[in-house]
Amino acid sequence: MAKVSSWTTGATAPIDAARTSSDRRHINRLGLLVALGGITMLFAAFTSAYIVRSGGGDWTALELPPVLWMSTGLILVSSLTLELARRAFRDRNLASFRSWSAATAALGTGFLASQYAAWLSLNEAGIYLQSHPKSSFFFVLTGVHAVHLLAGVVALLALFGLAAAGRLVPGRSDAPTLTAIYWHFVGGLWIYLLAVLSLLG
Amino acid sequence: MEHEKQGFVSKYVFSYDHKMIGKQYFTLAMSMGFIGGILAVLIRLQLGFPSKPWPFLENLFPVGMASGIMTPEFYVSLFTMHGTIMVFFLLSLLPVSGFGNFLIPLQIGARDMAFPFLNMLSFWTVVPGAIIIIISFFVEGGAAASGWTAYPPLSAIRSAIPGSDLGQTLWLVGMIFFVASFTMGGLNFVVTILNLRTKGLRMMRMPLTTWAQFVVGILGLLSFPALAAGALLLTFDRSLGTSFFLPAGIFIGDTLMPHEGGTPLLWQHLFWFLGHPEVYIIMLPAMGFTSDILATFCRRPIFGYRSMVYAIGAIGTLSFLVWGHHMFVSGMSPFLGSLFVVTTLAIAIPSAVKAFNWLFTIARARIQFTSASLFGLGVVSLFVTGGLTGIFLGTNATDIQLHDTYFVVGHFHFIMAGAGLFGAFGAVYYWYPKMFGRMLSERLGKIHFWITFVAYYAVFFPMHYLGVSGMMRRIYDPNVYEYLQPLQPVNLFITISAFVLFAGQLIFIYNYFASMRTGAPATANPWNAAGLEWSAPAHPGHGNWEGEIPPAHRWPYDYSEPGKKRDFTPQWEA
Repeated sequence: MAKVSSWTTGATAPIDAARTSSDRRHINRLGLLVALGGITMLFAAFTSAYIVRSGGGDWTALELPPVLWMSTGLILVSSLTLELARRAFRDRNLASFRSWSAATAALGTGFLASQYAAWLSLNEAGIYLQSHPKSSFFFVLTGVHAVHLLAGVVALLALFGLAAAGRLVPGRSDAPTLTAIYWHFVGGLWIYLLAVLSLLG
Repeated sequence: MEHEKQGFVSKYVFSYDHKMIGKQYFTLAMSMGFIGGILAVLIRLQLGFPSKPWPFLENLFPVGMASGIMTPEFYVSLFTMHGTIMVFFLLSLLPVSGFGNFLIPLQIGARDMAFPFLNMLSFWTVVPGAIIIIISFFVEGGAAASGWTAYPPLSAIRSAIPGSDLGQTLWLVGMIFFVASFTMGGLNFVVTILNLRTKGLRMMRMPLTTWAQFVVGILGLLSFPALAAGALLLTFDRSLGTSFFLPAGIFIGDTLMPHEGGTPLLWQHLFWFLGHPEVYIIMLPAMGFTSDILATFCRRPIFGYRSMVYAIGAIGTLSFLVWGHHMFVSGMSPFLGSLFVVTTLAIAIPSAVKAFNWLFTIARARIQFTSASLFGLGVVSLFVTGGLTGIFLGTNATDIQLHDTYFVVGHFHFIMAGAGLFGAFGAVYYWYPKMFGRMLSERLGKIHFWITFVAYYAVFFPMHYLGVSGMMRRIYDPNVYEYLQPLQPVNLFITISAFVLFAGQLIFIYNYFASMRTGAPATANPWNAAGLEWSAPAHPGHGNWEGEIPPAHRWPYDYSEPGKKRDFTPQWEA
C-alpha cells in the first residue's frame, strides 16, 4: 500500500499490516463502522439523559423553529448528490464527481447555516441555552451534531481536493464510499434527533 | 523486513511501530502510577497519624500542608486524584493500551495494528491529558476534589469547594483527552483482531489475552462515549448556567444557586454506565495474562478454553447491566435495585468459571515458580478474595450498610486494582524478554512479589474490618468520632504496610530499568511457551518477523501432550 511520507525528520513510514488492497478496504470500512458505533453510543447517552431529564417538574415544551425543515430538506438532498458523486466516480467521470462532491459540501454548509439560523431565531424569541432544560438539550444536541457534520464537510472538501490533484483513482480509492457512509450516517442522525426533539417531551 | 535508519524522533517519539507505542504507554503509565502511589502514601500518612505535623512536607506542599499539617481540602484532592490517576492512567493504560498495543499484533501474527497513524495519534492524545491532570495540582484551589466519580453538585458548582473550581475544569479537560485516546485505541484493537490474524488463526485459536483485549476494545467503544456525554453536560452546568444535574435550592454559603430542576442522579447513571464496564476493562486483560502465564508455567493446556472465552464475553455483556449496584443508596426503587442485584450476582457465574478453570489448570501441575507465575497465582488469590467480598456489596440488603465505608475500599482494591495490578506485573515479567530482548532479574522479581503480596494483604484486608466497624470511605480524620478511635491501631498498621508496599515497588522500577542494560540476553522463546508471539525474534524490529509471518497450526496451549518428546508444541509448528 501507499506509504505515507512523514512530517517528522527521517521518520520511517508506517508498515501497512494489510496484505492486499482489498484487505485494506475491508479494514477501513470496518474501522469506520466501529467508529460510528461509538458515535451512536454518544447520542444514545444524550437521549437517555434527555428522557430522564424530561421527567423533571420544570420541563417546558419548546416550539421548534420552522427553519429546521429547511435543514432537513438540505441534508436529504445532500445525501442524494453524494450518491450521484459516487456513481460518477464509479463510472470514472472525475469531472462530474468533483462537481457533485462540491455540491454536497455546499449543501452541508447550507445545513450548518440553516441550523445557525434556527439558533438565532430561538435567541430572538428570548430562548437561550440556559433558559430551560429542553432548550439546553436542543442546543447541545444540535451543536454536537453540527460538529460531526462539519467533520463530514471537511472530508468532502478533502475528497474534492484529492480529486482535483489527481490522487483519487476510480476502482482503487475507497475514500468516496467511506465519506458517503459517514455522511449518510450523520444525515440519518439528524432525522433521529429531529424525531427525538419533536416527539419526546 | 526493512531496517531503515531511524532518527531518534521517529523511533522513540512519533513512532508508528505498535511495540514502541506500547512501550511509550508503559513509560507514561508507570510514571503516572508512581505519582498515584505517592498520593496513596500521603493519604495513609494522614490516616495513620491524623493531623500530625510533618514540617519537612511543608516545603513540598506549601498550601496543602501549611505548617506541616495536611488540610482537609488537600486530603480530598489527594484521594480524588489517586483514584483518577490509578484507574484511568495506570490500570487502563498499562494493561490495555500498553500491553494491548505491544501484544495483539505479535499474538495474532500481524506486522502492525490496522491503523498505525491512529495508534500514534491516540498515544499523543493521552499525553496532554496526563499533563493536564498533573498540572491541576498547581492551580489555585488545588486539584479536583469531588472523588474520582466527580458527583455533582460538588463537581458542578464552581464555588462549592476549592477543588471544584479550576481543578475540576482541568480534570474534565484531561478526561476528555483520555476518552478520545482510549476510544481510538479500542477501535484499533477491534479492527486489528477481526481482520489481521495470520493464516490458520481462527478466533477460537486466539490466546485468551487477545480475546480479553478484543472484548475490552468493544467495552471501551460502547461505554466511554457515555462518560463523554456526561462530561459535556457537566461542563455546560459548570460554565454556561444549564441545569442538567443541578436541582433547585442549593446554597453555597448564603448564596442561593440559580439552578433548578436538574438531577444529580442523572450523572450517576451516565458515570456508572461507563464506570462499571471500566472495571472490566481493567480486569479482563489481567485475566487473559493470568491464563497465558499459568498455562506456560504449569506446562498444562489452559483448562476449559472455550468456557474461558464465553466467560470473557459474558462478563463483558453483563458489565453493561449492573451499573445500578453503585447506586443502591441513591433512593432508587427497591424493585429496580433487586433487578441490579440479580444481574450483579449473575457475574459471579462467569467469574467462578474463570477462577475454577485456573485452579484446574494449576491442580496437580508441577508449577515452575517464576516471578511471572507467582504474580499469576497472586491474581487468582486476590480475585477470589475480592470476589467474595463483592457478594456483600452486590446485594442491596448488605450494601446499604456497607456503602461508602472502608469495606468498599478494601473490596475494589482487591478485585479491580489488585488483581489488575498483579496481572500487569505478571505480564511484565513474562513478556519483558520480548519487549527489550533481555531478562528481568528473577531474584529481584521474587523479592518484589513477596513484599507486594504480603504487604498488599496487610494493607487492604484489614480495611474490611474498618468498614464493618463503620469507618467512612472518604473521612479525613476518623478520630473525630469517638467510636472510630479504637480503630486507630488498625489504621496505623495499614499505613506502615502501605509504606512497605510502596517501597517494594521501587525494587520493580529498579529491576525494570536496570535490566534493559544489564539483564541476561534473552532468547526468542525463553519460557518454552507455545504462543505465536514467541516465534518472533528476541527483540523484534519494526514489522515483527524477518521473513514470512508464521501461520497458526493450532491453539497456543499445547503443553505436555502425551507421547511427544518435547513438553510443548509451538502454535506455529504443524
